[in-house]
Parts: sequence; structure tokens; C-alpha cells
Amino acid sequence: MVSSSTAAPAGATTGAEFAEITRSDSSLRRFLHGLPGVDQVGAEARAATLGTRSIKTTAKQSAIDLAIRMVDLTTLEGQDTHGKVRALAAKAMRPDPADQTCPAAAAVCVYPDMVATAKEVLGDSGVNVAAVATAFPSGRAALDIKLADTRDAVEAGADEIDMVIDRGAFLSGRYLQVFEEIVAVREACGSAHLKVIFETGELQTYDNVRRASWLAMMAGGHFIKTSTGKVQPAATLPVTLVMLEAVRDFREATGQMIGVKPAGGIRTSKDAIKYLVMVNEVAGPDWLDPDWFRFGASTLLNDLLMQRTKMKTGRYSGPDYFTLD
Amino acid sequence: MKLEYAPAPESRSIVDIKPSYGLFIGGEFVDGHGKAFKTISPATEEVLSEVADADEADVDAAVKAARRAYTRTWSKMPGRERAKYLYRIARIIQERSRELAVLESLDNGKPIKESRDVDVPIVAAHFFYYAGWADKLEYAGYGTQPLGVAGQVIPWNFPLLMLAWKIAPALACGNTVVLKPAETTPLTALLFAEICQQADLPPGVVNIVTGAGETGRALVAHEDVDKVAFTGSTDVGRAIAKVVAGSDKKVTLELGGKAANIVFDDAPIDQAVEGIVNGIFFNQGHVCCAGSRLLVQESIAEELLGRLKRRMSTLRVGDPLDKNTDVGAINSAEQLARIRELSDIGEAEGAGRWSPECELPQHGFWFPPTLFTGVSQAHRIAREEIFGPVLSVLTFRTPAEAIEKANNTPFGLSAGVWTDKGSLILHMANHLRAGVVWANTFNKFDPTSPFGGYKESGYGREGGRHGLEAYLR
Repeated sequence: MVSSSTAAPAGATTGAEFAEITRSDSSLRRFLHGLPGVDQVGAEARAATLGTRSIKTTAKQSAIDLAIRMVDLTTLEGQDTHGKVRALAAKAMRPDPADQTCPAAAAVCVYPDMVATAKEVLGDSGVNVAAVATAFPSGRAALDIKLADTRDAVEAGADEIDMVIDRGAFLSGRYLQVFEEIVAVREACGSAHLKVIFETGELQTYDNVRRASWLAMMAGGHFIKTSTGKVQPAATLPVTLVMLEAVRDFREATGQMIGVKPAGGIRTSKDAIKYLVMVNEVAGPDWLDPDWFRFGASTLLNDLLMQRTKMKTGRYSGPDYFTLD
Repeated sequence: MKLEYAPAPESRSIVDIKPSYGLFIGGEFVDGHGKAFKTISPATEEVLSEVADADEADVDAAVKAARRAYTRTWSKMPGRERAKYLYRIARIIQERSRELAVLESLDNGKPIKESRDVDVPIVAAHFFYYAGWADKLEYAGYGTQPLGVAGQVIPWNFPLLMLAWKIAPALACGNTVVLKPAETTPLTALLFAEICQQADLPPGVVNIVTGAGETGRALVAHEDVDKVAFTGSTDVGRAIAKVVAGSDKKVTLELGGKAANIVFDDAPIDQAVEGIVNGIFFNQGHVCCAGSRLLVQESIAEELLGRLKRRMSTLRVGDPLDKNTDVGAINSAEQLARIRELSDIGEAEGAGRWSPECELPQHGFWFPPTLFTGVSQAHRIAREEIFGPVLSVLTFRTPAEAIEKANNTPFGLSAGVWTDKGSLILHMANHLRAGVVWANTFNKFDPTSPFGGYKESGYGREGGRHGLEAYLR
């Protein structure tokens, strides 16, 4: 069924091939509302069952290393300073200064005005700079301002752009507007990769999450992402389940692979491993790679490091043995 | 990257299996007269213990003990006092839940995930639920007088859960019981006997006699038994009905099934796939209400089957004690032979057989999750209960055709309906001749919900307020 052999294209294409569906607001609505529904009770039960998998010993070791490589180490605060961002970037490259074998994180995620600072530290280390843009986190601004925000971040050196969709437009059924906005931001991204944030805590229903997923995938997003981290609930297992089903189905339909990024509220290694199990069993092992799955997190990294050290030494060390940034 | 799950076996050390067990009669373990028989782990064929084979005299002693307890203590005890014992038993079950779960998985072959997360919690919930009824019988509407001594015979697919379904309502209503567990899975019933001792239940209120068919026959035929409750195959159920015919024994029978799981084209498809998997591969398909016939609307049949096969490929078959096992061992060599025979017939009759690639252990009794496509109503695999992880896939075009096909079976225990349309769910539920109709879910059990069959699936209801009727007059 799943063609596991297909090497996925480097990035999703823009919306052109879905011209028939996105011809008008009503044709797009027809398509999105024609997607199979999600039964809330069933989806949550499935997510809970996957959460009871028991990942131990060698499996746990490799899962923790993989999770570290998938972290988008994030700071999105009004109080962010250049010093703070530099420290975070240093940590992303060398999460555990005491252990050379510890892999680096995937990216550092900051506001656009901090991109240059982060890039300066990260250079060509392989750790990417991701910038939130498009009037993050609410997305309440005019399109040209959102596009300027995006271009600004890209020019400063961002490798990845995390945009927010206009939830107001989505909830009032103006799907085409949301679609066109994503297409426009994707263009403004140039060669940078685009992650599309839904803020699932505001979309509320799983049906909405599935529709938003298809909307963003058709519009050319490289990643679909649950949340900004500013709204509760942020990422949950069932929401991520629905999104993983969407990327799996999208690949089946088009051959294109799209990444998934749950963000916000994932704090422990145990949680992270539950997500990896879900990726493995729902989307498939092809997604078990930082190119296709990320964690938007800050405190998660230290817990992963602590568990990693425990697995290696057999002992827990105190929180003071891991850096706070 | 591949994420291999390392083995995560639950420890056996929590449960102390004795080398041999006697019969539990009058509050004590006593030696039986018959020859002992062995009970094995179906996953490894390892001998777990030796168990007494109760003969007619043993059954008679157990019924006498139950009668004594009934007349002297239990029937005279106020409901609120009986409730205290039931609550105590429920709490001990919770406290010893890991022990019970491990023993159930060892003796039965079902995955620990299931005995731990489904069976044992529902067992405790069942005792809690009926404990609550014990002092409120006058409000149930079925009378307040107990029947007397209940002879209960249970199957091997849910050894402890079926025990709870039988014993909890009987005791709550003031009856005493003699229960015979299945010969391949006697151990958790014997551990339950220890729990009765631990709870200080008056001697003779619960008696456990182990053995095979002969023991069961002696029990249901015993003239001092007032009530017979049986769960198991339709053939044995028929034999029991003949034995008790002409006596004034009350009878409830919960027998076989060949449930239709009906998926409409507007169903929440990913959850429907989960429901199909849960409907037929849960407990290796050893479920009387298993959704063994998938009726899928023709317009989505191909897509649904693709998704179903992909999902089946992720099922983990193997060591029942591994916490990551989804499908465990077939309970006995005899059952495995029957599943193989019917599957071979399915193939010979022209249905398309498919199983995911999966490595089965060398020892023990194993059968891979299997589905048959292109099955018609005329095929034996669409009509006979296979009682294994084997799904027959049929298609339909309209709701009327779905109802016709679903009802076209001698059984009528359960059915499932998958659609986003509420009105269609209600329409189907009204027309399906099945004791339970699940909507957008399957194999969900709760002590508050009555369970039982139409037609050859038996009569009487267990669970809920309705479950009291079988034990009151």
C-alpha cells in the first residue's frame, strides 16, 4: 500500500496542480468538506492506545537521539535578547557539552528580528534558523505586511519560515483566502522551507484540522504544524494523529511527502517517544527523520538530554548538570 | 529510519502459580476425585499447572455447599451487607490487577495489553456495579427474591471477565454459585477463589469446580441447581437447553455470533478501519460478538481495503506478555485446527485470502491476522463462526441490502454501523436483529450496558439493570 521506496521530492510544489479544486471558493469548500470525517472518540482512543507502547532499552536510546535531532529549539518571547538567542543557538549545536556523541538539534526557532543573530552563531553548522512570520502568533495583519515580515526574515538568512494561517478566515469558511495567502507566503519564502501553523487549539474540531491540513498541503507548505505555543491546548497526540493521516493520504494521492511539526506542550522524553511511535505506525518510518518530523519545544531538550545520560550511565544527574538557556 | 521496538515483557514473577490446584468447595480447596489434568500456556505449550477434574460426586459436594450457604447465610443477609462483600472483592481485584492480568495472559494467550487495559478493569467495574444494585433490587423491577443455587459454565475466551459477568449479578441478588471455568483456562478462576477467601466471603457462596465437558454436564443437570447460566458455543448451548428442558430451572444462554460490521461510504474512514481491526483481531478474534463479517459499501470498498491492509501490517503478533503485542496466541490446538480448516475451506470456495507478512513463533498455537475478499453470503466463512482472527469481506450497495445481508444469519448477537449520518444509525439499529448494535465503535463493553443475543445467539441479558432479571423472581 504505502510505497515506501519513493524518495520524496525535495519540497512540495506550489498550488498549480490543484487548479481544478482551487478554482473558486465553492469548489475548494466542496473538496474540503468532502474529505472523510474524523470521529472524535475513535481518534482519541487510537492516540491513547498508541501511547501505551512500551519503548525500552535500545529502542529508547535510538528514539531519544532521533528526538534530539528533531527539536526546533524555540524562544518566542517579548523579552528575547540577542544574548539569549546566541546562547540558544550555541545549545542547539552542542546540546550536551559533556558528551561529544550527542547529536545537534534541527533548528533554532526565533522571531524575524533575531534571525541574523542566530545565523551568525549557527553559520554552516547544519542547524537551521527558523523564523516565525506573518504577524505571529495571531496572524491579524494585512497580507502585504505578512509578506514583508516573511521577506525580512528570509533576507536575514532564515532557512525555514513558520507562518500562521488566518484562523478567522478559515472558521468563517473563506478557504480560498487562506489558500491564496499560503501560496503568496510560499512565494515570498524563495528557497526557504515553509511550515504552516494551524493553531489547532483555535480550530477546535478534528474535521477542521483535517481540512486545514489538505488546504496547506495543496497550497505548497513543506510542513504542517499544530500550534504557535501561545494558545492552549497546543499540540496533542490526537491532533497530530489526524495530521499524520493527512500527510500519509496526501503522499498516496500525489506522491509528495509533507512534514509534520507538533509544537507546544511536549515537555518530556516519554511524550516525545509517544509521538515517534505514532509517526512510525501512522505515517510510516519514512517520516522518522528531521526532514519530515520536528518537535517545536524548549524544555523538552533538557529532559531528552537527562534521559540520554541516564541510559548511558545508569544514573540520573540533577538538573544543574544540563544547561539552562 | 526504522524504529524497532525492543522486547518489553511484563514480569511473570508477580504471580505465584502452584504446581497443582484442587477444587474450591465450601470456602476451601479440596482434592477432587477425578484425575488431574494439565493446563498449558498456548503461547509456548509450557505446562503451567495441574488442575483437578471434578466428577459427579465433586459437583454434588459443591452444589450442597452452595445450598447450605444459600439457606443459612447468603439469602438471609440484607442487600447492603452483601454489597460490602462485593465491593471488597472489587477492590481486591484492583489491588491484584497486575497479578490477574499476567496470569490471564499466561493461561489464555491474550496480549497483556488487553488483559491489563480491558479485561481486568472491566471485571472490577462489574463487581462495583452490581455491588451498587445489591440493596436497591426493589427498584429494578424484577422482584427481590433470589433463585437459589446457580450453576454457571463459562468459556475460555474471557475467563475472568465471563466469571465476573456470571458471579457478580448472582451474588448481588442473593444467589450462591457453582462455577465451572473452561478446561483450557482455569487458573484465574482459581485465583479468584483465593480472592474470595481474602475477602472473607462466607464459605460456599462461591464454589469453583474445574473440569471439562462432563463436569459441566453434571453441573447443569444437577437437580438442586435452580438456575443455569452458560456462555459458549451454540452446540453446547443446545445440549444444555435439552438437559434442563422439563425442569423448573431458569436458563440464560449466551452463544455464538457472526456479526456484521457495516461501513457506509460517509464513514469516518480512519476510525472505521480501527473499528474493523478492533472488531475482529481483538482477543485473536476469540470473541462471540466479533465483527467477523465486514459489510462495506461498494463505492469505497477498494479504498477501505487498502487502508485496512496497511493497518493490519502494523499489527504485532507474538509473545502475549510483551507489552507491545497486539495479537496473541490461539487458545488451543483444537481451536487452531478449526480456524485452519475453515480458512482452507474459504480458499477452496474461491475467496481471496490475504495476511500481512508476519513471523509467527516456533512453539505454541498461532494464526496470522487474515482477511478474505470476494466473499459471498453462500460461503461457509460468511455463515459459520470461525472464532479466530479471520475476517470475511462482503460488499453492499444500499442500506436495505446491508440490513438484509446483516440479518441473513442464524445468529444475532451484535452488529456495527459506521456512518457520519445520525439518522442512518438509528434506522439501522431499528432494523438489525442483533442484541447489541455499536455505532462508530465496536467491541465496547460496560457493566451498565446489557448484552445478549437474538436467535441462535442465545437468550437472556447480562449486564446493566437487565442483567438482574436472570437471578431474581
